[in-house]
Amino acid sequence: MVFKIEPRPVPSKRMRYFSPLIAAALMLFTGLLIFTLLGKNPVLAFHAFFIEPINDLYGVGELIIKASPLMLIGVGLAIGFKANIWNIGAEGQLAMGAIFGGGVAIYFNESTSIFILPAMFISGIIGGMLWASIPAFLKIRYNANEILVSLMLNYVAILILSLLIHGPWKDPQGYGFPQSVLFSDSTLLPILIEGTRLHAGVILSFAAIGVGWIFLLKSFVGYQLQVSGLAINAASYAGFNYKKMIWIGLLAGGLCSGIAGVSEIAGPIGQLLPSVSPGYGFAAIIVAYVGRLHPVGILLSSLLMALLYLGGESGQMNLDLPSAVTGVFQGMLLFYLLAADFLINFRIRFKSNPTLKGTKP
Amino acid sequence: MNPDTLINILIATVAAGTPLVFAALGELIVEKSGVLNLGVEGMMLVGAISGFIAMAKTGSLVIAVSCGMLAGALMALIFAVLTLSLMANQVASGLALTIFGTGLSAFMGIEYTSVALKGVPNIDIPILSHIPILGRLVFSYDILVYLSLFLLAGIMWFLYKTRAGLILKAIGESPKSGHALGFSVIGIRYLAVLFGGAMAGLGGVYLAVAYTPMWVEGMVAGRGWVALALVVFATWRPARVMIGAYLFGGVTILQFHIQGFGLEIPSQILSMLPYIATIVVLVLISRDKNLIRLNSPASLGITFHPENN
Repeated sequence: MVFKIEPRPVPSKRMRYFSPLIAAALMLFTGLLIFTLLGKNPVLAFHAFFIEPINDLYGVGELIIKASPLMLIGVGLAIGFKANIWNIGAEGQLAMGAIFGGGVAIYFNESTSIFILPAMFISGIIGGMLWASIPAFLKIRYNANEILVSLMLNYVAILILSLLIHGPWKDPQGYGFPQSVLFSDSTLLPILIEGTRLHAGVILSFAAIGVGWIFLLKSFVGYQLQVSGLAINAASYAGFNYKKMIWIGLLAGGLCSGIAGVSEIAGPIGQLLPSVSPGYGFAAIIVAYVGRLHPVGILLSSLLMALLYLGGESGQMNLDLPSAVTGVFQGMLLFYLLAADFLINFRIRFKSNPTLKGTKP
Repeated sequence: MNPDTLINILIATVAAGTPLVFAALGELIVEKSGVLNLGVEGMMLVGAISGFIAMAKTGSLVIAVSCGMLAGALMALIFAVLTLSLMANQVASGLALTIFGTGLSAFMGIEYTSVALKGVPNIDIPILSHIPILGRLVFSYDILVYLSLFLLAGIMWFLYKTRAGLILKAIGESPKSGHALGFSVIGIRYLAVLFGGAMAGLGGVYLAVAYTPMWVEGMVAGRGWVALALVVFATWRPARVMIGAYLFGGVTILQFHIQGFGLEIPSQILSMLPYIATIVVLVLISRDKNLIRLNSPASLGITFHPENN
């Protein structure tokens, strides 16, 4: 049997939606292969990695808690990615959101006002957007590459967080550990379902999926972003302001990352720590891509990526698998997606008659 | 400050700049062919842990360097297959490579986190290495530093004096014309990307085996991204890449000595310096749009479709 690769006359719409499924299946297959090579029973490993973490209500709650920042940041980043604006500074923007929101919580820790949580979120949003505005400004004003600038700012933001927690914001009763005071009840997000850690912050994430859907698919600005990403010349011919696209693309990521930062510290963490995110900002890049930059796709891919985080923890506890395997899986998923996307523009034709080899149709 | 301290700072600067020299020179060749590989950080990390494991197991620097370079090249191969054969987006593929490399290196390095290596001895040439000042400044580094200079000279010769170098640059400027002249654009780009991966791997090996010498998760700490920025800073010229790398090495080393000058600055602020310096340098060089446009390879980052030509 011979096969031949030929370009499709029009990109396959069906493949656009099949490709993430192919990628997920290939990742799963490779993962089981790796487990087998590590000397683990693949069935047990599969169970520990993908079933065990979510076989009770608490587990499902944990899944949504982990998916929450991923979908939120994923939607924010997708808005920029649509216009080919590559914000890879979400990790730093999340840390800035946590710093700005956490600062409010620390200074008003005695307060019992109902406005304290909204104030934390507003402050965190300002922090995230402020941090995202640096690469936007430097790109527009000085033509500096936003990928490199936003990436460098990740390190700076995390160092600022470390500086604050080792210095002025260190808990005086914390036995010298680098951590802030525990947030008081009025600065913590309420729990939604008894018996889980599911906090009210996830509502914001689901809302972001809805808002993102309207913005990206139904608004004129969303359309402008898309045209700018597909054909920059057409966009400028149509009179779209690309500077505006840069601002929107980066600030959307900063906004969502800022909210995610506050949700994390006012939700599952409950204080400021030197590390407020296990790489959500980077994982969200994969989430956005695997979700096809579409809010519904992002919702689904964030759940898959969250499961990889939980599976990594569960595999470590139950099977003594290193939790670093999560990062390998996440990277692999994106590789497979990028490879499977080849099938959107090309198709593989199988031919049973080998004599046809070399002949052109 | 006495001259001895100054010499020590200069020597440390060269050592801190050397991983950047390797990685940025590799990326320079990749970009000259018209490909933008943002996966340098990931390739450096995998190169670092591969070299480290090889060094811990065999004790041989040659094997460690070979393993690190091979690992970097294998990582680059994934990128090459995705972007060159399957025509995937280069930015997304590069990011994927970095994310994958970060995870893979952490995974590979679990059993090696508390292992310490002896490091690579500095060369000791009779007489030459013992000349006051000059001997220490010129003849007292480890062998890999000299390798980096040798590679710099080789790359300059390749780019400016050989026909192959000319073809590489031509393909980066106009793959269409290269294709029309009968050169295999994809084949040449494959070679360039693999070379870039091997060089990034070598930079990683230098960090983990000679510079630190130990393995810490994520120890490349953004140097792969700095290397990418250096290529822009150097306006795609190899000699300037080296100068830039040593400048960054100097900024890195400065943070260890500033407190020695009696300045009370928190360590976190000092640790920010290399990252902030990268941003400042990028802004300074990029603000002149013509400078960037004239010097960057014209087809940088654009996927080449052989069928359409």
